[in-house]
Amino acid sequence: MLILTCPYCGVRAEETELAPGGEAHLKRIGPDGSDEAFESYLFDRTNTKGVQLERWRHAYGCGKWFLAARDTVTMQVYGTYEAQAFGPNEDVQATVRVRHPDWSYKL
Amino acid sequence: MAETLATIRRAAPCAMISIRADLGRAGDALAEATGLAMPEQVRIVTDGSRALGWMSPDELLLIGPLDARNEMRDACDQALAGEHGLVLDVSDMRVMFAIEGPRADDVIRKLCPVDLDAMPQDGMRRTRAAQVGVAIWREGDGGGRGWRLICFRSVADYVETILRNAAIPGAHLAPR
Amino acid sequence: MSETGPFRLPQGGRLIDRAYPLEFRFDGRPLRGLRGDTLASALMGSGVMLMGRSFKYHRPRGPIASGAEEPNALLGLGQGGRFEPNQRATTTQLEQGMRLTGQNAWPSLSVDVGAVNSWLYRLFPAGFYYKTFILPRAAWKHLFEPVIRRSAGLGRAPKDVDPDRYEQAYDFAEVVVVGGGIAGLQAARDAAEAGGRVLVLEQDPHWGGRTPVDHGPAGQGAIDALLTDLRGRDNVTMRRKTMATGLYDHGYLLAREALADHDPNQGIPRQRLWRIRAGRIVTATGALERPLSFAMNDVPGVMLASAVRDYIVNHGVAPGHRIVLVTNNDDAYRTALAAQEAGLDVPAILDARPAADGPLPKMARDRGIRVMTGTGIAKVKGSRAVEGIVTCAQAGQGQPIETIDCDAVAMSGGWSPVVHLWSHCGGKLTWDDAQALFRPDPARPPLGADGEGNVTAVGAAYGDLRCAGELERDEAAMQPVWVMPAQATRKARYKMWLDFQNDVKVSDIELAAQEGYESVEHTKRYTTLGMATDQGKVSNINGLAVLSGALNQPIPATGTTTFRPPYTPLTLATIAADARGDAFQPLRKTAIDGWHVLNGAKWEPVGQWRRAYCYLRGGEDAHAAVAREIKAVRGGVGTLDASTLGKIIVKGPDAGKFLDMIYTGVMSSLPVGKCRYGLMCSENGFLMDDGVAVRLSEDTWLCHTTTGGAERIHAHMEDWLQCEWWEWKVYTANVTEQWAQVAVVGPKARTLLERLGGMDVSDDALPFMGWAEGEIAGIPARIYRISFSGELSFEVSVPANRGLELWEALHKAGADLGVTPYGTEAMHIMRAEKGFIMIGDETDGTVIPQDLGLGWAISKKKPDYIGKRAQMRSHMTDPDRWQLVGLESLDDRMIPDGAYAVAEGTNANGQRNVQGRVTSTYYSPTLGRPIAMGLVRHGPSRMGEELDFPLSNGPAVRAKIVEPVFYDKEGARLNG
Repeated sequence: MLILTCPYCGVRAEETELAPGGEAHLKRIGPDGSDEAFESYLFDRTNTKGVQLERWRHAYGCGKWFLAARDTVTMQVYGTYEAQAFGPNEDVQATVRVRHPDWSYKL
Repeated sequence: MAETLATIRRAAPCAMISIRADLGRAGDALAEATGLAMPEQVRIVTDGSRALGWMSPDELLLIGPLDARNEMRDACDQALAGEHGLVLDVSDMRVMFAIEGPRADDVIRKLCPVDLDAMPQDGMRRTRAAQVGVAIWREGDGGGRGWRLICFRSVADYVETILRNAAIPGAHLAPR
Repeated sequence: MSETGPFRLPQGGRLIDRAYPLEFRFDGRPLRGLRGDTLASALMGSGVMLMGRSFKYHRPRGPIASGAEEPNALLGLGQGGRFEPNQRATTTQLEQGMRLTGQNAWPSLSVDVGAVNSWLYRLFPAGFYYKTFILPRAAWKHLFEPVIRRSAGLGRAPKDVDPDRYEQAYDFAEVVVVGGGIAGLQAARDAAEAGGRVLVLEQDPHWGGRTPVDHGPAGQGAIDALLTDLRGRDNVTMRRKTMATGLYDHGYLLAREALADHDPNQGIPRQRLWRIRAGRIVTATGALERPLSFAMNDVPGVMLASAVRDYIVNHGVAPGHRIVLVTNNDDAYRTALAAQEAGLDVPAILDARPAADGPLPKMARDRGIRVMTGTGIAKVKGSRAVEGIVTCAQAGQGQPIETIDCDAVAMSGGWSPVVHLWSHCGGKLTWDDAQALFRPDPARPPLGADGEGNVTAVGAAYGDLRCAGELERDEAAMQPVWVMPAQATRKARYKMWLDFQNDVKVSDIELAAQEGYESVEHTKRYTTLGMATDQGKVSNINGLAVLSGALNQPIPATGTTTFRPPYTPLTLATIAADARGDAFQPLRKTAIDGWHVLNGAKWEPVGQWRRAYCYLRGGEDAHAAVAREIKAVRGGVGTLDASTLGKIIVKGPDAGKFLDMIYTGVMSSLPVGKCRYGLMCSENGFLMDDGVAVRLSEDTWLCHTTTGGAERIHAHMEDWLQCEWWEWKVYTANVTEQWAQVAVVGPKARTLLERLGGMDVSDDALPFMGWAEGEIAGIPARIYRISFSGELSFEVSVPANRGLELWEALHKAGADLGVTPYGTEAMHIMRAEKGFIMIGDETDGTVIPQDLGLGWAISKKKPDYIGKRAQMRSHMTDPDRWQLVGLESLDDRMIPDGAYAVAEGTNANGQRNVQGRVTSTYYSPTLGRPIAMGLVRHGPSRMGEELDFPLSNGPAVRAKIVEPVFYDKEGARLNG
């Protein structure tokens, strides 16, 4: 069972205190979007084997959504960061690159 | 028959005011209005009759005597005048339990996935007790360490049941 | 011969107390053991070696082990609610008055008619089930299934409620050491020295593991010294009788502590499930001895050498008086020496190795024990007990050399580290050729949250079988022996058991290999090797070695099966812990709940809330009560406890803009003082909740949600606010529980409220879809004039602590008006009479508001709202979507909920095509006939058409499509 540190309150929360929210950094497609773009927004997920950026809510805590960079193979948590970010911060990226030197994220 | 690990009782109703605001901007005004220092992250500040708990980066819970509920609410509202904020009297929404006695820690350790040793003396932790959300902090004596626990009113009977089950005589956590 | 039985030795037994005999019964027979006995040692001391029957052939079995790995000695324990099947006799402590029962045998362990299987065991080979049941279905149904059902399972499941308590607790430590033997205690000392909290878990009641048995008083001394050291440290916690059952991600360790096993009178929980978060885990779980595969190695009295030694040294009992040892290593000689010291006869040690010259064999020879090298067992004589063995050359085919009479055989095929915890969470193993064992590979450990290895294996668990340090003696190398003798005949291999509980033999594994099962995971499932309740603790390595031999490949190429938690079975009660009875799950109660209890409420669970379904009066049934309540409301006035409705405050300069995104309709234009019904959709367009929004002030709205929806919708709002529109200035608060809310409904509702006084509830002051704030009956209140029944209706909201006061005031003031409390069923029927939809009835996660005739609640002007883009997709705009209609059955029968309307023709599966289904169906007391709502293809344009709803029994119900509003179509009653 995972432990993730909530970046808003600093609590090392266990998985039962959290609610999962799926892939992070999805770009919302509104009424102007094409069928293809909207379908992709709703359904296309990277389902990464490796470094995944994902959403969690500290549901049994401060109630804030945050994002985590987690390795779906090793379960390593490279870091957590605020939900308002457009991507993982430098610290998180650097931690990922210790294990995956060629890793980069695309939004 | 051994004693229960801790006494479990419902604390007398008190005033609870929920405050949402940008605490960086409004913190000083709120501290002045409540007469309490701003609590640090996941801490609770108390002066014996009132307490101010950190609930989230933009949320505080002010606790005080029941008859001061309107005064407390209005003071916070005034402190946030001109700010984007939300002040609500939520005194009826929650029930507070006092868990007191030398083995009160054991009761909490059975219900909450929280490392109590790592929690500061003035810590306030929102977490889970068995299957419901709660907040806990240390308060009271009862011959040892004591705890306060708040939960939503609808689950108060459930919470009382699990607290009493966790406190049954002889079920201490010390190695045997 | 002591009074505790013929096999109790005259002295010895470091764990027993001869001054405290304990009485117990086994299958009704009174027996005696001693305090400190396990069930196995007590039975063995009493001369009872037959402790179980195997699963498949029902062969008679005695214990082969002395610990958690035991596959055979499984007993039923206790009676009634405390009965537990499949309890391992080797790890269960004897208590006064225990009642044990044999299992998997009928009528008894000693006379088992099911044992006929064993005469036929050559007809039940590996994969028997798969091969046999490829037959006509009828044969399965009438022949095999009944037979299998009768004989399936080991023990019988208890039928009564378990009366014991169980609990759980959380713990946190920087280091958790699993195993309280010498390696674990040393590791604990080292960890404690380094600082941080150290937790040591030992599965047995005693510290020290094998060391006191294998190294005598010096071993005990070493353990005692470590214990003294550790007990003097503040940062060390030591728990006995605590079995670490599984290791999970990020150092999450589950362990079961036995607090009052089989001693229910203490009043404390019987077992406790520990949920431990460990920074680092040290596995010091020791090693398990392996059996040898020789013919008839399953006869009761054939045991692991270490187990024989344990029983002698720990409990002062022996499985026999004349014990032959058979081994491929030096360690087992300790058993011969211990047996001899205990005064038992050791006629021979058969050592499969060509030579045995180490200190231990030398000591055995010096003491006059006959050591026969290069020798194995051709077969064991006897069926229900060992009568002797026939020796043979290990290198040969099993030509008999000599018969040696004996009543027990101690065997050792070497040792396997206990690598379960290491492996549970991804730790990899490496093959140690010299010791013929898999051990943890420190280069590939399980990883913690930081991506670093978080488990260290030490001592025997790491393959360091000489971990007692200076206490150890030199030992010569062991020599792997997977089949005895090496060239054993086919016939002999039919009688060499690998998995004792599931009756898997060397011949079965070889057959599987011959049939093409090359993967160890496939072979496991085909043969059931290692699938019994012991999970193959003693059988797996031998089994995969035999498979490797048959496939002619090295053992590491075959690999192991997956190790999965729990290490030993956990009772469901321990996993559930306190979550049973009143604490099974939270039961949410409103502020008025106590009144409902006292007034005949029949409950309906709604989410975790309990709500009154109806209130039973006199001797009436629920149907009658619901009809009475509806008539009272429509004819006078009723009250509904609506406190469970979700209430979310949304405030801020951008709150209106935000709500326009959350709802399909426009909320920003709602005037202060007004209410508006709204729909919320998910981003994929489906209707997820509905309710009335209230404009409290210029920048504040109150959004009502469904009873089950408050937490979900609040989370939904916060998700969008925090993750998408975080620059919008909006705060939300879920204040559902702050308020008690009472719906006062019916033509006399206004009269009743006026009697309470304090607020003007006239149509002018409080028109339909308006709200007002004030004090009613002296209680601060908001009153919303909204209606879910079609009647004149006011929802009165007061602080929860005064909810009961309001309710009682209404009932006191309205007694002469016939004010009637009504429940959820009356509410549901009244809303259906009015054609109002219900989330969860008319919606099921695939329905959009447009399907429900709710287009009026969807803004056409708004450029965007959550779900708008999805509702533009081709499937959502398909004119063939099923749409809401009313349904009137033609013969006064109710159409069952969920029934489908059939259409012409059949689909690809030969099933009737369908064109609609029922979403709500009720008997309407108001109309005196059944009513229903449903979704029908092109429904709204097919008024008057008739549909058939076939039933599983009886003729189809025929129903006419009608408007979904059945009652007061003009809405006149809203005004009383």
